[in-house]
Amino acid sequence: MSENIMEAFFEMKKINKYYHMGEEDVHVLKDVDLTVREGEYLSVLGPSGSGKSTLMNIIGCLDVASEGSYTLHGVPIEDLTDVELAHLRSREIGFIFQNSQLLPRLNAQKNVELPLIYAGVAPKERHKRAQAMLERVGLADRMDHYPNQLSGGQQQRVAIARALVGNPTILLADEPTGALDQKTGAQVMDLFAELNREGRTIIMITHDMHIAAHAKRVVHIIDGVLTEGGETADA
Amino acid sequence: MRKKIRSVLVMLRECVAMSVSNILGNRVRSFLTILGIMIGVTAVIALITTVSGVSGALSSSFSSMGAGTLMVSVTGSDLKTGMTTDDLNELTEMDEIDGITPTVSLSARVSYGGSYQSSISVAGKNAYYFYTNDVKLRGRTLNIVDEDNMSYVCMINQDIIDDFFFGIDPVGETLYISGIPFYVVGIFSDENTESLASAFTGSSDILIPYTTALKMNNEGEVTSFTVYLADGVDSDTAADKIEDKMDAMFSYEDDCFTITTMSSVEDTMNEMLSMMTMLLAGIASIALVVGGIGIMNMMLTTVTERTVEIGLKKALGAIPWQIQIQFLIESFLLSIIGGLVGVAFGLILSYILCQVMGTTFVISAGAIALGVGFSAAVGIVFGWAPARKASRLNPIDALRSM
Repeated sequence: MSENIMEAFFEMKKINKYYHMGEEDVHVLKDVDLTVREGEYLSVLGPSGSGKSTLMNIIGCLDVASEGSYTLHGVPIEDLTDVELAHLRSREIGFIFQNSQLLPRLNAQKNVELPLIYAGVAPKERHKRAQAMLERVGLADRMDHYPNQLSGGQQQRVAIARALVGNPTILLADEPTGALDQKTGAQVMDLFAELNREGRTIIMITHDMHIAAHAKRVVHIIDGVLTEGGETADA
Repeated sequence: MRKKIRSVLVMLRECVAMSVSNILGNRVRSFLTILGIMIGVTAVIALITTVSGVSGALSSSFSSMGAGTLMVSVTGSDLKTGMTTDDLNELTEMDEIDGITPTVSLSARVSYGGSYQSSISVAGKNAYYFYTNDVKLRGRTLNIVDEDNMSYVCMINQDIIDDFFFGIDPVGETLYISGIPFYVVGIFSDENTESLASAFTGSSDILIPYTTALKMNNEGEVTSFTVYLADGVDSDTAADKIEDKMDAMFSYEDDCFTITTMSSVEDTMNEMLSMMTMLLAGIASIALVVGGIGIMNMMLTTVTERTVEIGLKKALGAIPWQIQIQFLIESFLLSIIGGLVGVAFGLILSYILCQVMGTTFVISAGAIALGVGFSAAVGIVFGWAPARKASRLNPIDALRSM
């Protein structure tokens, strides 16, 4: 794929974020500019306290910036209501969290179906898509298992399937390997690379430069300032 | 639009399924929470059903007791203080009236041999009273001759026998009432009489001819009497006719007398009973409110515990009302389960109570509707605040606690 046919669908301009901590305002994000093209594999690398979680929340439409503009597929996020943000999240963003965050009382398939339930997808369609997605992440034989019957790596793969099942534009991962050992972490990274080759846009947030190196493009965030880290070698 | 409704239905079904699994996942806590509502509904159902059984029994015995009778009490005017014997006879001649028994009450000092008692309740009755009320145990009743002659004869009950005639057959003995010797002609018991009059005037220990009682009271006129209607006469119509006749007797002066029909007594009694039912149900409802607070407490705990889950669902695209409806469904299910179990227990309990008290067990649809409706309302009302709290959680704050 060449640069010019990749659409810049994700655009952040001069994003600032302040938090009120008691008496003082904490300036968490400082004039962040970030543009992501479709099909990109980007990692945001930064130490803890650098503002990367705040950035992730804003990217994921869980939070809105204090200043600046953020448009996703041409939609300015600042103007949206809570309900519109929820719809946008369910359409555009697939979240993957550090601790997979599966609901313990639901089996793997039901967990994967969750985003489809909120999107109002009919049961039959839901089952079919959840099963297909679990097969895709290599868990065809674990669909009826409950989270406590799965290993950490398997749980994370269920979480990936859940993030993908709604067919979102962006896969947004927060320390996806943080809770995994090196081997299973590597498997998850392999899966990410595969998904990216299939054309998925992936934004991964991490403090681990080895993990960040799996992405094609790395940006650094330190003290709320985002700097371009350049293209990395294809992982 | 149809697609939207269908997707909402799908969502609701999932919410119910998730709520059930959450309730089952916290068995002990759910049970204790349900218990509160259950006890409340059981109490309400048992009270209402039992009270309505008792009131049914009471009113049926009341209406059989007072079937075809009217109570007349006379306050009189300056010209005419009461009903003379002639007046009563004139009333008795009406087609609607089978007979009349006047009640003349007095309180007297009674003595026999060396012993005496003050304030014994003595009632003057006429011969007709003994036709309609089977009160005689032994001896003879008071008759027309006694009435016409104002005889000093009396009938006494077991209390008087116990007080004065230990080991002596009282029939034929002479008893002094207010110093006047009375010949005891018979023994009566009014325990089984279905007399509306006795329900109003209270029971008397000694019965004497009413004419004698009037003489002892230095009165010539009767101020209280019971009218026994002929068969098949409507009491309200009869009451109107008697009123017309008595108005004429009292020269159309206002407020000289009141006629009390059984239906008006029944109305008053039903009013009192329904007030009592409402009062008791109100007290029992306190238990329901306490149960509701229990539900609210559990839901608040649940919301706090599931903060991460709520944040996650929001991140996965759940909109606030979807979160709210899920928690509302959960509290609704908790309370409706409590309500249904409570209805079942309440009915069983009131069935047992009815058996013990010997009243008829009637399942009151109103009580069941109240129990179920109230518990459902409790679930929604007390679940509202926690559900709203959950729906308003900021997804970031929620997820940050993970």
